[in-house]
Amino acid sequence: MIRFEGVTKRYGDADSGSADGGSRAGGGGDQGAVAVDNLTLEAPTGQITVLVGPSGCGKTTTLRMVNRMITPTSGTISVNGRDTASMDVAELRRGMGYVIQHAGLFPHRTVVDNVMTVPRLLGVDKRQARARAMELIERVGLDPAMARRYPAQLSGGQQQRVGVARALAADPPVMLMDEPFSAVDPVVREQLQNEFLRLQSELGKTILFVTHDIDEAVKLGDQVAVLRVGGVLAQLAPPATLLADPVDDFVAGFVGRDRGYRALSFAAAPELSLTDEPTVRLGATAEQVRAVGSPWVLAVGDAGEPVGWVRAAAVDHEVTRDLLHRGGTVASTSGSLRALLDAALSSPSGRGVVAGDDGRLVGTITAAEVVPAIEARRTATTAGEVPEGASTR
Amino acid sequence: MSPATIWAWFTDPAQWSGADGIPNRLAEHLAYTAITLVIGLLIAIPLGAWVGHTGRLRWLVTGANAMRAVPSLGLLFAVSMFVGPLIQSDLAFVIPSIVVLVLLAVPPLLSGIYAGIESVDPAARDAARGMGMTGWQVLTRVELPCALPLSLSGLRSATLQVIATATIAASVSLGGLGRYLIDGLASRDYVQMVCGSILVAVLALVADLLLAALERYAVSPGISGRSVGVARSRSSRTGEASRPDPVEAPRSISTASPTT
Ligand SMILES: Nc1ncnc2c1ncn2[C@@H]1O[C@H](COP(=O)(O)OP(=O)(O)OP(=O)(O)O)[C@@H](O)[C@H]1O
Ligand SMILES: [Mg+2]
Repeated sequence: MIRFEGVTKRYGDADSGSADGGSRAGGGGDQGAVAVDNLTLEAPTGQITVLVGPSGCGKTTTLRMVNRMITPTSGTISVNGRDTASMDVAELRRGMGYVIQHAGLFPHRTVVDNVMTVPRLLGVDKRQARARAMELIERVGLDPAMARRYPAQLSGGQQQRVGVARALAADPPVMLMDEPFSAVDPVVREQLQNEFLRLQSELGKTILFVTHDIDEAVKLGDQVAVLRVGGVLAQLAPPATLLADPVDDFVAGFVGRDRGYRALSFAAAPELSLTDEPTVRLGATAEQVRAVGSPWVLAVGDAGEPVGWVRAAAVDHEVTRDLLHRGGTVASTSGSLRALLDAALSSPSGRGVVAGDDGRLVGTITAAEVVPAIEARRTATTAGEVPEGASTR
Repeated sequence: MSPATIWAWFTDPAQWSGADGIPNRLAEHLAYTAITLVIGLLIAIPLGAWVGHTGRLRWLVTGANAMRAVPSLGLLFAVSMFVGPLIQSDLAFVIPSIVVLVLLAVPPLLSGIYAGIESVDPAARDAARGMGMTGWQVLTRVELPCALPLSLSGLRSATLQVIATATIAASVSLGGLGRYLIDGLASRDYVQMVCGSILVAVLALVADLLLAALERYAVSPGISGRSVGVARSRSSRTGEASRPDPVEAPRSISTASPTT
């Protein structure tokens, strides 16, 4: 658990800047500008706490005060009950993984040597550290053949993964991550986010994660802290609450559009009665398709998994993959209301495809049938407390 | 004076033995150069590393560079006059020569090391500190290895300058290849002067080639960029693209429940 108690950082103090780095990082800047203002916050053990807010609101400053790269002007920060100010700086830092923006890899060392750095600092022997590093390189989704490359030979996304692997190498219980996925395109970013969540579900680290992207915050956070410029905590809440119930105009504006729809991500799909859908197999003949008697017919693969809708009139000989309509999404019975509604809205037949956890077709549902479930949830919410965030990951 | 006379000078067996033979002069010249560079490095490495690492007293580097403007010969006589009376023996000439050469060597060495450390990616330095390296570890494991290419450029230019300028030691009655220039001038033996210059130039060239080889060997390929271009274009194909990705399956309809 990381705990901030009344933490303030004012730049331009006598002791501004870094704790031990000499004058390079410190000095200059606005005289007495408050970057973090009386912050009290708890990042619970084993969970992801996301710090989000507009540029310059003090996210990086907050993060770097935890490993004392920046010294707070006042207040205390404790990690698992120990006041960080009383700890040896090197020991404190070696006990937490730190991923900085743009990875900050060592250009003169190969990927595997980069990842081995902290274990080697801690005195782990070379072979053991190397074995561990190779394992992590694979774990973050890199080809082991890349281990012998140098950072300059990697793409931005690959470098970010190495940065994450390097921070994980000593298996620290606490991770500090400063916009680790910011330097990559949206597709790679989503991929990294998904891998990150998968890793976290295995590792259960205590993570403080900084981003300026509210969608990333909502997707990754077990709880989200929204900061406003001047370093004031505007709201600390689970993502579902943030979307459903922003405390003020600033948070509402920052959280952005489509809040109602996005909030459905956190509502588990209830037990709904699904309609049985007549299907055809891939490779079915035109007669079999027309025999169903519907303008859009759902095709399934060999394992009974839905593969796509096919327009009956378009089938001349048999159902092939290239005849399939690609627009529809598939909801899962264990998914969210949002996925359910989206399946219905994106389906060309208007009937949303629902599959079980094994991927096999369970049935279909229309938007008109989903909406009452949403309404019912609203009644439950206003009557009682905020809905628990159902995992849609 | 023709190539033939120069050739005759070099092939004369008398040039290859004795105290004023080429091997001995060459050895003396190399000794002055080596002593100078060792002392210069002993001064420049700690100083440059400290200024680069802490970012303090940067004017030292600028100041040292300004010293390059002082004429070496004038300085040599001034120092000799000052040191001469204090010491008997040959050292009275050796010390001033070395002092002058060191003053010449330090500025390029110092700026090379300083500029090398200054140019280290701040993110890498930040990451190093953030993972719990001490200041000394940051310096020795990250800053200095990354500073190596620029430091070695500094060493190369210092070496060239020292080899060329070590000839002035002869003007205070010491040895080295400068003897051929000074003695040649005194006796109007221009062939000898030209041949001495050729020797200095060849020595400088060989030293530079050796240092270039050292650079290839010592600098991490991750920094020097050797073969990086080729490997990089390979990486974009074999690396990310071909790896089957379980998360980003492109078949939209079978991707269950998109998040966010
Ligand atoms: N070394 C410094 N000296 C003076 N002021 C600083 C220093 N570092 C940051 N600041 C100021 O403190 C405020 C918060 O900076 P910080 O880097 O924490 O913002 P941030 O939320 O991480 O922003 P971004 O999203 O752009 O990274 C900013 O107004 C910034 O100008
Ligand atoms: Mg920042």
